[in-house]
Amino acid sequence: MKSNFQKLLLLLLFTPLTALSDWALNMREGVTPISQEIYQMHQITLWVVTIIGIIVFGVMFWSIFHHRKSKGAKAAKFSHSTTVEIIWTIVPTVIIISLAIPATKLLIKMDDTSESAITIKATGSQWKWKYDYLDGVGEGITLYSALDDKSREIGQRDSGLDPMEYENYLMDVDEPIVLPVNTKIRILTTAQDVIHAFWVPDLGWKRDAIPGFINDNWAVIEKPGTYRGKCAEICGAGHGYMPIVIKAVSMDDYTAWVDGKMLAQAESKNTSDKVLTMEELMTKGEKVYKAQCLVCHQANGQGLKGAFPALAGSAVAVEKEQRLGHLHRIIFGKVLMPAFGEQLSDVDIAAVATYERNAWGNNTGDIVQAKEVAEARKVPNVLE
Amino acid sequence: MSTLAHDDHHDHKPTGLKRWFFSTNHKDIGTLYLIFALIMFFVGGAMAMIIRAELFQPGLQFVDPQFYNSMVTVHALVMIFGAVMPAGVGLANWMIPLMVGAPDMALPRMNNMSFWILPFAFALLLSTLFMEGGGPAGGWTMYPPLVLQLGNGFPYLIFAVHFLGISSIMGAINIIATVFNMRAPGMTLMQMPLFVWTWIITSFLLIASMPVLAGAVTMLLTDKYFGTSFFDAAGGGDPVLFQHIFWFFGHPEVYILALPAFGIVSQIIPTFSRKPLFGYASMVYATASIAILSFFVWAHHMFTVGLPIKGELFFMYATMLIAVPTGVKVFNWMATMWRGSMTFETPMLFAIAFVILFTIGGFSGLMLGITPVDFQYHDTYFVVAHFHYVLLTGAIFALMGAAYYWLPKWTGNMYDERLGKIHFWLSLISSNVLFFPQHFLGLAGMPRRIPDYSIQFADFNMISSVGGFAYGISQLLFIYIVIKCVMGGKKAKAVSWEGAKGLEWHVPSPAPFHTFETPPKLTKQMLEH
Repeated sequence: MKSNFQKLLLLLLFTPLTALSDWALNMREGVTPISQEIYQMHQITLWVVTIIGIIVFGVMFWSIFHHRKSKGAKAAKFSHSTTVEIIWTIVPTVIIISLAIPATKLLIKMDDTSESAITIKATGSQWKWKYDYLDGVGEGITLYSALDDKSREIGQRDSGLDPMEYENYLMDVDEPIVLPVNTKIRILTTAQDVIHAFWVPDLGWKRDAIPGFINDNWAVIEKPGTYRGKCAEICGAGHGYMPIVIKAVSMDDYTAWVDGKMLAQAESKNTSDKVLTMEELMTKGEKVYKAQCLVCHQANGQGLKGAFPALAGSAVAVEKEQRLGHLHRIIFGKVLMPAFGEQLSDVDIAAVATYERNAWGNNTGDIVQAKEVAEARKVPNVLE
Repeated sequence: MSTLAHDDHHDHKPTGLKRWFFSTNHKDIGTLYLIFALIMFFVGGAMAMIIRAELFQPGLQFVDPQFYNSMVTVHALVMIFGAVMPAGVGLANWMIPLMVGAPDMALPRMNNMSFWILPFAFALLLSTLFMEGGGPAGGWTMYPPLVLQLGNGFPYLIFAVHFLGISSIMGAINIIATVFNMRAPGMTLMQMPLFVWTWIITSFLLIASMPVLAGAVTMLLTDKYFGTSFFDAAGGGDPVLFQHIFWFFGHPEVYILALPAFGIVSQIIPTFSRKPLFGYASMVYATASIAILSFFVWAHHMFTVGLPIKGELFFMYATMLIAVPTGVKVFNWMATMWRGSMTFETPMLFAIAFVILFTIGGFSGLMLGITPVDFQYHDTYFVVAHFHYVLLTGAIFALMGAAYYWLPKWTGNMYDERLGKIHFWLSLISSNVLFFPQHFLGLAGMPRRIPDYSIQFADFNMISSVGGFAYGISQLLFIYIVIKCVMGGKKAKAVSWEGAKGLEWHVPSPAPFHTFETPPKLTKQMLEH
C-alpha cells in the first residue's frame, strides 16, 4: 500500500514524464526457467535482509528513543556479554548457510550447458554485436546488430529531438537475433577488441565477452516475444549504444526465418560487380556511415578532438594518392579504428568511401565502385 | 588535566610557507591531509555533478560520451585516492599520537613526504583531462584492453597511481612504527582506542595490497609501450588476469576505506552514549577477521568473467562469510547505545546514520554476494547504489562525524551546533534521495557507466539527480561551518564532550603544537575508552 502511495505522490510530481516510463521497482521475472529461479532467489534474499533490517533498526530506534539523556536515562556500565555475543555470531551464520544452499543448487544448474539444440556466438566489438549461428537449425548464419538509426539520430548531442517520444530509445537494433522458443540455446560470448558483456535481463544472466576467450551460458525461452538487453561492461565511448534484441518465435517461424536469411546471405555475398551511380552511392554511403562511423567520426565528419580524427577536409579522405589508404583503413582498420572488411560488403565499402570523399565539403567528385574495393582487398595493406 | 601538556609558552612553530612545506609536525601534516582531502572531495564532487546533470534526463545534453566516461573514471579515482584515503590518513596523523601519548609520528620526515607526493600525483592525474585523447575513460578499475586505448594521458595515469601507492605505503609504515614503538609506557595493545586499532589493521592492508596494484599497472605500462602481452590474448596473455590482480588489491582497498570509519564510529558512539564501547575485544577481532577475509573474496567483483564453478562457489561462500564479523560490529554499536544516556550532537547523528546506512549497503552487499543472482545485479545501478551506500553514507558520513567530533580539539572552538545539525539532515535526506532510487534503476535493468539511457529509467534518474544536486550544495555548508569554527566560536574545554574518554581529551583545546614531549604517566581513568 505504501509503495502505491509513494508512486502516486511521485506521479503527481512528475506527471509529464510518466507517460512512457514504467516505474519498475523490482527485478524482472524473465522468460526462462533459470531467470525465474533467480528472481525467486532475489526475492528470498530481499525479504531476509528486509526482516533483519526491521528487527535491527527497530531495536536501535527503540533504544534511541528511550535511552536518551533528555528523558533522564542513566547510563548502564556493562561492556560485554559472552552469551549475546555468541548468539549474534551464530544466528547470522545460520541465516547465511540457509541462503548459500539454494544458491549453490541454482549455480550448478546454470553451469550445465550440455544438450543444447542450437549454439550461437555473440561477438562484441566497438560498438555492435556480431552473431554467428554455429550449431543446430540456422547453422552458418551470421548477422551484425547495431543500434538503430532513429536512436542514433535522437542521441546526438543537441539533436533537438526528444527521446521521451521514442518508446524504444537506445533499445532497438537494425537487425535482431531470432531464436526459437522452448529450445535449449547455448550462447557463447567473446569479443574482438575490448571486453563487453552480453546481458538480456529476461534471460536472467549476463556474461562477459572477452577478446581471445569464449564463455558459455544457456537459455530456454518459454514465451515468444521481443526481449531487450544491453552491453553491461564499459567498452568505450559507445558503451551505452550497443543494445541487444532477441526475437523469440515459434520453431516454425524460426525455420522460415532461417531459410529467408540463408537466401539473402548468399545473394549479398557477391556484390563486387555492382556499378552504382554517384547518387545511389551517396545515399547508400550515408546510411552505412550513420550506422558504422558516426559514433566516432560524428555526423558532421569533424570527429572528436583528441580521440577520433576528423574526416572533413582530412588528407586521407581528399587526396588522390591516399585513395587506397582510405579503403585499407576501412577494410583492415588502424589502431583504434576497427576493421570493417569482414562485416561490410564491397558495395557498402565503396558507397561509404564515396560518401566520405564527397560529404561535408570534401567534394572531390571521386566515385569508388565495388570492383575497386574487391581489388583493394587483394593487395597488401598499405598502412603496414 | 592540562598539566600533561606543559610549556605552552615554549610552543615555537615555524611560520609562513616553511611551516607547511617542510613540516614534520603530525598536527600540521594532519591538517594538510584533511584540507587536501576536502579540496579533492569538491573536485570529485564537481565531476559527480556533471554526471548527474547529464543523467538528469535522457538524451545527450552537456557532454560527449567519451568525456562522460572520463568523468566517471576520474570521479572514482579522486574520491577514493584523493578524498577518502587522505582524510583517513589525516585523522590518523592528528589523532594517533594524541591517542597513544606519543610526541609525534615515528618517522616525521617521511610523513612530510607521504603527504607532499599527493598534490603532485593528482596534478599528473588531473592534467590528463586537458591532454590529447582526454583523461582515463575506461573506469577506475583500468581494465585492459580498454585502458590501453587511452591516448597521451596513459603514462600519467599509471605514474599517478604509482605515486598514490607510494604515499599510502609510507603513511602506513609510519602509523605502524608509531603505534608499536611510541605508545605511552603502560598502554598495552588491548588498551588502545579502537580508532588506533582499525588504523593499525588498515595499515597492514595497505602494505599488503598497494604493491599488488603497482605491479598490475606496471604490467599495463609494459603491455602498452614495451611489447609485453600480460593481458593480451593474442600474445598468450589474459585480460582477466589483470582483473584478478586488480581486485586482489581492490577488495582490501574497500576495507582500507571502511575500517577507519569503523574506528571513528567506535569512538563517537560510546562518547555520546556515555557508556563504554560494548565488546571491545570482539570489535578488534572482528576488524582483524574482516581484514583477513578481504584477501579471499576478490573474485566476487568478477563473477561474470566466466570463472570455473568451483571458484564461483568458493568466492560466494567467502563473501557471505564477511557478513558475520560485520554483523558483530553493528550489533556491538547497538549494544553500546543500549541503556546508555544518549545525546545527539552532530557527530553522533552522523555516527548513527553511518550504522544504519552502512548496514543497508551491507544488505545489498550480501545480495550481490550470491553468485547466481549477481549475474543480474552485476554492473548495474544496483551496484552503484550499493557502493555509494557503503562509501558515501558509510565512509564519508563517518569522516564528517569525525571532523565535527574533533574540530573542538583541533581549533579550540566549538563549531556551530545548529548549522552542524542542518548540514547533517540535509546530507542525510539528499544522499538517500540520490542513491536509494538507484537500487530500482539497477533492478529494472540500467547498466552503470552509460551517458544516456532508455526512457523507462527517466523518472528515477531525475529524482536521483535532484538528490545529487542537493547533496552537492549541502556540502558547501560544511566548508562554512569549518571556517566559522576556525575563526572563532564558543571556547572548547579540554574534554570537549561530556562523555569523551581517551588520552586526546587530556591535552588542552586547541591541542598545542607539541604534546606529550615527555610520556604521560597513565592513570586508570586515562585508559578508559
